[in-house]
Amino acid sequence: MENIGIIIETDNGKIKETNFGMITLARDNKAETETELFAFVMDADVKVLKEDLESFGITKIVDISLAKEQQNNPVVRAKALINVIKEFNINTLFGLSTAMGKDLLPRIAAMLDAPLVMDCINVDLEQNFAKTSQYSGKTIATIKLSGDVLLFGIRPNTVAPVNIQIKTQTLAEMLKFDGEEFVSSSLRVVKSGETDKNININLAEADVIIAGGRGIQNRENFVILSQCAEKLNAAVGASRVAVDSGWVPYSMQVGQTGEKVSPKVYIACGISGSIQHFAGMKTSGIVIAINIDENAAIMSNCDYYVKADALNIILELTKLFNNG
Amino acid sequence: MQIYVCVKHVPDSAANITILDKSRIDENVTFLLNPYDEHAITEAVRIRDTFQESEVIAVCIGKDDAEKTIRSALAMGADRGLLVSSNDDHDSIETARVLKAAIERTGEPALIFTGKESIDAEGMQTMFRLGALFDFPVATNVIKIDVDETRAVIDSELSGGNVNTYELSLPCVVGAGRGLNTPKYPTFPDIVKSRKKTVKKFIFADLNIEPSKASMSIVELEPLKQARSPKEITGDASIVAQKILTILKEEAKVI
Repeated sequence: MENIGIIIETDNGKIKETNFGMITLARDNKAETETELFAFVMDADVKVLKEDLESFGITKIVDISLAKEQQNNPVVRAKALINVIKEFNINTLFGLSTAMGKDLLPRIAAMLDAPLVMDCINVDLEQNFAKTSQYSGKTIATIKLSGDVLLFGIRPNTVAPVNIQIKTQTLAEMLKFDGEEFVSSSLRVVKSGETDKNININLAEADVIIAGGRGIQNRENFVILSQCAEKLNAAVGASRVAVDSGWVPYSMQVGQTGEKVSPKVYIACGISGSIQHFAGMKTSGIVIAINIDENAAIMSNCDYYVKADALNIILELTKLFNNG
Repeated sequence: MQIYVCVKHVPDSAANITILDKSRIDENVTFLLNPYDEHAITEAVRIRDTFQESEVIAVCIGKDDAEKTIRSALAMGADRGLLVSSNDDHDSIETARVLKAAIERTGEPALIFTGKESIDAEGMQTMFRLGALFDFPVATNVIKIDVDETRAVIDSELSGGNVNTYELSLPCVVGAGRGLNTPKYPTFPDIVKSRKKTVKKFIFADLNIEPSKASMSIVELEPLKQARSPKEITGDASIVAQKILTILKEEAKVI
């Protein structure tokens, strides 16, 4: 019997949209019909999440309670999850390859001495294969995992969420796990920034990204991108040139040495499209490139291209929202 | 204080990658020091300079050619190097064991740096495995670090520019992020000086690495094809904006 555990990420008590794609991937992949799909919830009221989780095929929901002052400690979270894995005989663990996942999944894998592939774009649980990008996004590697517990970090937005039909839905069993006892003496959280609401929508999880490069020219012009992004509920990204020029902080960089993203739509504004930039956005859905230079590499490696000054187009796009 | 920096010899990010036998790359390309490791070396050198009797030791596992990457680390200010010579590929489970063995045979680490990931395998986990084997605390994507005799206070970056601040007892393992510093590239005299520094070699088989039950192995590599066929959107700015809006609404269904 196979038991798949899925770490659910929440934001202000709500399930982040990107979890549903991950659950869909796990559900559609299970090798045996009697596989149980466990949702592990650490930061939220499980009763509120129950229906949503059931509608995607979750059969058991584990409410993990941690001591309040330990909730943000990744070591404590990892220890609690390891005990949950043991208690419920989990053989496969899924989590998102988000900032939180990157600080949590490898801790669990390391403590268990278990295999882990981060940033998976696909998973095959029959053969225990994971697909992920390697060599700066230039190749896709199929990796075989062997071990007692297998861990997969799923790149957000790579699988479209699909509900299961209402008639096949079952009520999920509600379980509790008391993790109040777990502490960490060697790593202490001094300050947790997670609760500070940043205006910039999380790059890795955004459906739409408007990214600016050299063609945006300065810090002030990036504000124009932000204004449009706000209307679109999009995140703003940047190329390395824009970051190195000091126009925007490093945390906005998309690329091989920045964030790797898979939004549904990537609007590249004044970005030439270096190999290193492609490494970070290659797996995007629709790529729209706006550039004054029709010879820019990105113009021949996108779905739509516009030969124009990106700022003019973005300003017009914002206007459409203001008017409509 | 001994500060170790685990470095990796990786193909240049601008190199064209050719796949051989469906599961490995043609290594006849330029290899260099993993970019995140440059931040790690730079920070290790800065910390060394604030503590008396400290040294920075660069550790690497790789083919003999990887000595070049250790030399780069030495030119950037590391004091000496350790190379575990191996012609095979190792997953991060094994790599962490190898790094631990080489470090243990050399001294007692107060701090161990890695880059937050390598740009070839992009595994993002070796620092955690190393920490678990040593039972040292770990932080990754570190963009700020202050160290005293007993602890390190670090900022670990989350997405959206938010950070978590952690206090780690020493010894600890730190995965360097790009925001940590601006690496200072070596001058010609630095390079000349680094040639006199020592690189001690270990042979992989001599380290008697205890195998793990768990493993990750590449069964296939394929080029990530770009199947995009660009279509031009024409018209004046307002027409183009209108067309983009239509794409967002009808094709991408994001609004």
